[in-house]
Amino acid sequence: MSKRAKIGNTITYIILILVSIVWLFPFVCLILQSFRSYITEPGGQVNYLLPKTFSLDSYKFLFSEECQFFKWYGNTLIIAVCVTIMQTIFVLMVSYALSRMRFKGRELLMRFWLILGMFPGFLTMICLYFLLKQFGLTQAGAIPGLILIGFASSGMGYYVCKGYFDTIPKSLDEAARIDGANRFQVFTIMLIPLSKPIIIYTALVAFMAPWCDYIFASYIAFGYSDSYNVAVAMYRWVMTNDYQGYFTRFCAGGLLVAVPITILFMCLQKYYVEGVTGGAVKG
Amino acid sequence: MSKENQPSGNKIAGFFKAFGADLADIGTTFVEGNWMTKVSFLIMGFGPLLRKQFVRGIALLLTEIVFIYYMVSFGAGYLKDITTLGTQGRGFNPDGTVSYGDNSFFILLYSILSIIIVFAFLLVWRINVRQNKNAEKLLAEGKKLPTVKQDLLSLLDEHFDKTLLALPFMGVFIFIVLPIIFMVCVAFTNYDAQHQAPAQLFTWVGLDNFKNLFSMGSTGFGSTFLTVLAWTIVWAFFATFLNYFLGMVVAMLINKKGIKFKKLWRTILVMTIAVPQFVSLLYIGKMFAADGLVNGYLMRWGWIDQAIPFWTDPTIAKVLIIILNCWVGIPYIMLICTGLLMNIPADLYESARIDGANAFQMFRKITLPYMLFVTGPFLLTQFTGNLNNFNIIYLLSGGGPKSMKLTGGAGHTDLLVTWLYKLTLTNTDYKMAAVLGIMVFLVTAVISLVVYNILPSVKDEEGFQ
Repeated sequence: MSKRAKIGNTITYIILILVSIVWLFPFVCLILQSFRSYITEPGGQVNYLLPKTFSLDSYKFLFSEECQFFKWYGNTLIIAVCVTIMQTIFVLMVSYALSRMRFKGRELLMRFWLILGMFPGFLTMICLYFLLKQFGLTQAGAIPGLILIGFASSGMGYYVCKGYFDTIPKSLDEAARIDGANRFQVFTIMLIPLSKPIIIYTALVAFMAPWCDYIFASYIAFGYSDSYNVAVAMYRWVMTNDYQGYFTRFCAGGLLVAVPITILFMCLQKYYVEGVTGGAVKG
Repeated sequence: MSKENQPSGNKIAGFFKAFGADLADIGTTFVEGNWMTKVSFLIMGFGPLLRKQFVRGIALLLTEIVFIYYMVSFGAGYLKDITTLGTQGRGFNPDGTVSYGDNSFFILLYSILSIIIVFAFLLVWRINVRQNKNAEKLLAEGKKLPTVKQDLLSLLDEHFDKTLLALPFMGVFIFIVLPIIFMVCVAFTNYDAQHQAPAQLFTWVGLDNFKNLFSMGSTGFGSTFLTVLAWTIVWAFFATFLNYFLGMVVAMLINKKGIKFKKLWRTILVMTIAVPQFVSLLYIGKMFAADGLVNGYLMRWGWIDQAIPFWTDPTIAKVLIIILNCWVGIPYIMLICTGLLMNIPADLYESARIDGANAFQMFRKITLPYMLFVTGPFLLTQFTGNLNNFNIIYLLSGGGPKSMKLTGGAGHTDLLVTWLYKLTLTNTDYKMAAVLGIMVFLVTAVISLVVYNILPSVKDEEGFQ
């Protein structure tokens, strides 16, 4: 290796280490702060990083009776699981129809959905709220309501999955059809097993979204704390309630939310990268 | 794609031609059809039922019965009030009981629904006519009509698209199309905090809200709208391109020959995608607060005497948001670029090196053009995505700092969408929120359309292949 290349690599390493520090710093802070006691060392963000005494007070609070943290956690989990299942099914159905079948109005439908996507999502918020309220799906019934909102229009997000289906040769379909399979069988027996990576990608993206859903969740569950999801409840801790007092509890709760999701994501990272890259190149 | 290049006049003329042909076809079907077909014009599904196509017949007949029942018992009552959106608000009868009057909200919503249902019904009626015609034709040719079993099986085969799309289409219709049409209509009413049904009704006001949006007076939204729009575009520009170039640089550093632990570096960066944004961004937002970690340490080290007003000074807040957005966006770009950078043929670099090009020249002449070409459409979606990037702004600054100069509760870092959200939730100014939503749509649509048509990868698909 030449001397110049060595210097170049050293500089690269230094930059990468600095970048890593910047990227990991907030997470390290979050973890450290969650172990600060809100009783003996109160305050929001104090001007030191390492807690003076290591304490589990914030976690104890989350696990205690007075806090509904695990109710909220369960709500979010239920929403996430239901939305994941339904959204994956919807996306697969739409992708198959648009990728494999040629029917009247296909182009029109695709263009129409593309244009619909340009409206800001929560323009429809007020209307949906009253619509759901008619069926008792707000406040106390907010969880089924949020599930419904989560997946009902998910068919519009077919791009990545359809792009993947397009790369599977159509000759496979034709061969199966000559053997007497109908389209339903081609779809379920042949195409779905071939699409494992894209199914995992679709499911992963669908699963992660409800954990961050603040906009709709806060509106639909308005004022009814039994129906909150973690994002709504914890946003209230740091923004509307007593920020100074609840900050370490927010850190602890955030950590409990982030850890399982991060582990899940890291395990399925390969599929995520595949989906994102494929989607980006095809536009 | 070739269809798009035709002049639009042809399309409209083509549509009317097809429509005319359709009407003529309905006429000939009636004149030439037998009595079963003729009765089917009035009682849908009559022909198919007599021809023993029970599934089709019952489906069509049921559609008609449900449609008539819906219109008589429900739809018509709302439709008749659509011009006024109700005249009688909720009030009290002389004897003191509550009298439930009209409700503008539901009059508008269900009127729109009814109008759409009428059109859908006409479509089904047309299908009904065509089916009669086709059935007669098949019988005249001496062929057999499809049996019930064949009909049902076709839904899993040649008509599988209808089975697949039915539910997703309904979902999009009820949860996106209907509310959007409703909100577009609200933009032409005076629906706001003072006109909340059922106590106070709202009504049509024509283009008043649009005039208000562009009026520059002290009460008008004009200057605020332009300020917010300008910042939205500046933000989207920086958020897109800064992330794009820095992300590409990071990807190139990691991909560099001789660098070890490639997977480790990537994993560290990808953490930001994995951790839910409301945790990470809320935390980072608080880090820069006046009593936050950053100010705390800077003061302890004696670098500053007073807390830096990260979130209270408009300019600092704007710059900070753009920088913090890099933290969120770079890993994403890095992932995409990593795969693409490996696709660039290595011999291009080899020959450039022989010609004596340095690293920067190679980047400018080979890497950048290739990347821009391949990721053009992606950059466009990133840009429009950033125009509507709600989470970053809302979780970091909440749109603040607030400003006395801006109306409608807008702050200095508010994007059009976060302002829309505030108008809806805090100000309950639904009419202006609806107008703003239409504006967001127009901005997004115009930018998409213009940029899409000048993208090199669209003009010349084979360019780099």
